[in-house]
Amino acid sequence: MKNRGNSAEMGKPKRWQDVPMGGIAFGATAEAVETGQWRSMRPVWNGEKCISCLLCWNQCPDRSILTDKNGKVTGIDTFYCKGCGICAHLCPKQAIEMRPESEFTGTGARGKGE
Amino acid sequence: MPRREITSGNWAFAEAMRQINPDVVAAYPITPSTDIPMKFAEFVANGRVNTNFVTVESEHSAITACVTAAAAGARVMTASSANGVALMHEIFPIAGCFRTPIVFGLVNRSIGAPINIHCDHSDSMAERDAGWIHLYCEDAQEAYDTAILAVRLAEHKDVLTPVFVCQDGFITSHGFEPVNLLDDETVKAFVGERDADFPLLDVDRPVTYGSFVMSEYYFEIKRQQVEAMKNVLRVYDGIAKEYEAVSGRFYPKLDRYRTEDADIVVVVMSSASGVVKDVVDELRDRGIKAGCLRVRMFRPFPAEEVAAALGNAQAVAVLDRALSIGGTAPLAAEVKSALYDAGKTIPVQSCVYGLGGRDFFPQYARELFMDLAAGKVSREERYLGLLE
Repeated sequence: MKNRGNSAEMGKPKRWQDVPMGGIAFGATAEAVETGQWRSMRPVWNGEKCISCLLCWNQCPDRSILTDKNGKVTGIDTFYCKGCGICAHLCPKQAIEMRPESEFTGTGARGKGE
Repeated sequence: MPRREITSGNWAFAEAMRQINPDVVAAYPITPSTDIPMKFAEFVANGRVNTNFVTVESEHSAITACVTAAAAGARVMTASSANGVALMHEIFPIAGCFRTPIVFGLVNRSIGAPINIHCDHSDSMAERDAGWIHLYCEDAQEAYDTAILAVRLAEHKDVLTPVFVCQDGFITSHGFEPVNLLDDETVKAFVGERDADFPLLDVDRPVTYGSFVMSEYYFEIKRQQVEAMKNVLRVYDGIAKEYEAVSGRFYPKLDRYRTEDADIVVVVMSSASGVVKDVVDELRDRGIKAGCLRVRMFRPFPAEEVAAALGNAQAVAVLDRALSIGGTAPLAAEVKSALYDAGKTIPVQSCVYGLGGRDFFPQYARELFMDLAAGKVSREERYLGLLE
């Protein structure tokens, strides 16, 4: 067992000897997984309408609502966002709009959702 | 002080469990292994062990509890037989893959149907590709010693693989014979404490067991299990020698009985080897160079050692206490494969005996040896003791 384990070491093993024993996964390995690739609808955030009530931040299942150090919403991390639309549904100011992913073809998965 | 007691294979195994004092035992009773958890339950009730004894509603639950406890870092033991083993089948490869070093008292009994309580090896042989080590014991003494030795083998860092410690149902499990027992302190010192690498209960270094692994890495994880089995062949003798140092008893992977200069050899496992060895002695007295090769370790299969042990034999018979219906019986298939790889074209007679507890008499071994001596070896599987 070469890999004695943390998420950074786990990376993408190139040889069978380096794969963690027994198919175990170390803590926080999900941070490296781009679940944003699963999305078919993308939330688009409008900073002018947003009042930073944080309902979306509280309910997002993928920890994808980005905030600054003052707790103000700054955007959406589409690296993790699966496009469930909970944020858009909850938003009291209609500051988040769900748009088809096809509109963003070629722009890359990661972004601020704007 | 070491003791010598009249006891059975099951009770000897349970006594080893008491001395090992595992963290967790989860078991469900089934004949002929019932005695093991029953005797162990007495030890629990009388406060003679600290074990968390989990009584469950099925064998499937028993082995599941064992796997999860072992993944959590516990030292775990259990026992079962026949259809109980079959019900556990789904979980065995998980135990193997998770590298949970469970030590399992497998008391061999025929798989139904037809339902039958007596010995054959159809239950464990059905699990031969599950990723578990298989050790087959000849008698109660060996079942006791192997239970203790298996803890160290299973938990060896280069192995981390569960072990079936097999003994013949009723013949060994319920037969009473003198057994030399070590004192508790010796066993305690020999097995030591389990030191788990990735225990589920280590909250400072959290891990997930059983996560989804797609085509990217499934293959590699299975390859690691193959390596662990290869490591068994490398580390086993060292552990067996350490055990010899404390017990005076050495158990090699293969029990070579007068095979060195043998012209004709019978290969067999477990209790029936006693009968074969008696017949070997009888034939040797008559000047016939007969030998018996008892295969104790079936998984991993020590193929090179088997081929070497059969060395210069003129003819070999392999006795299987299990069928592979429509194919070659398990032990015969392994022996033939080992000989082929060693470039040896010794005629091999595959024989099936003892299914459903059918007795194995010296006469069968005698006739078989005489046929081997006369060069009567057929490609057809032979059935010893069958009504025909």
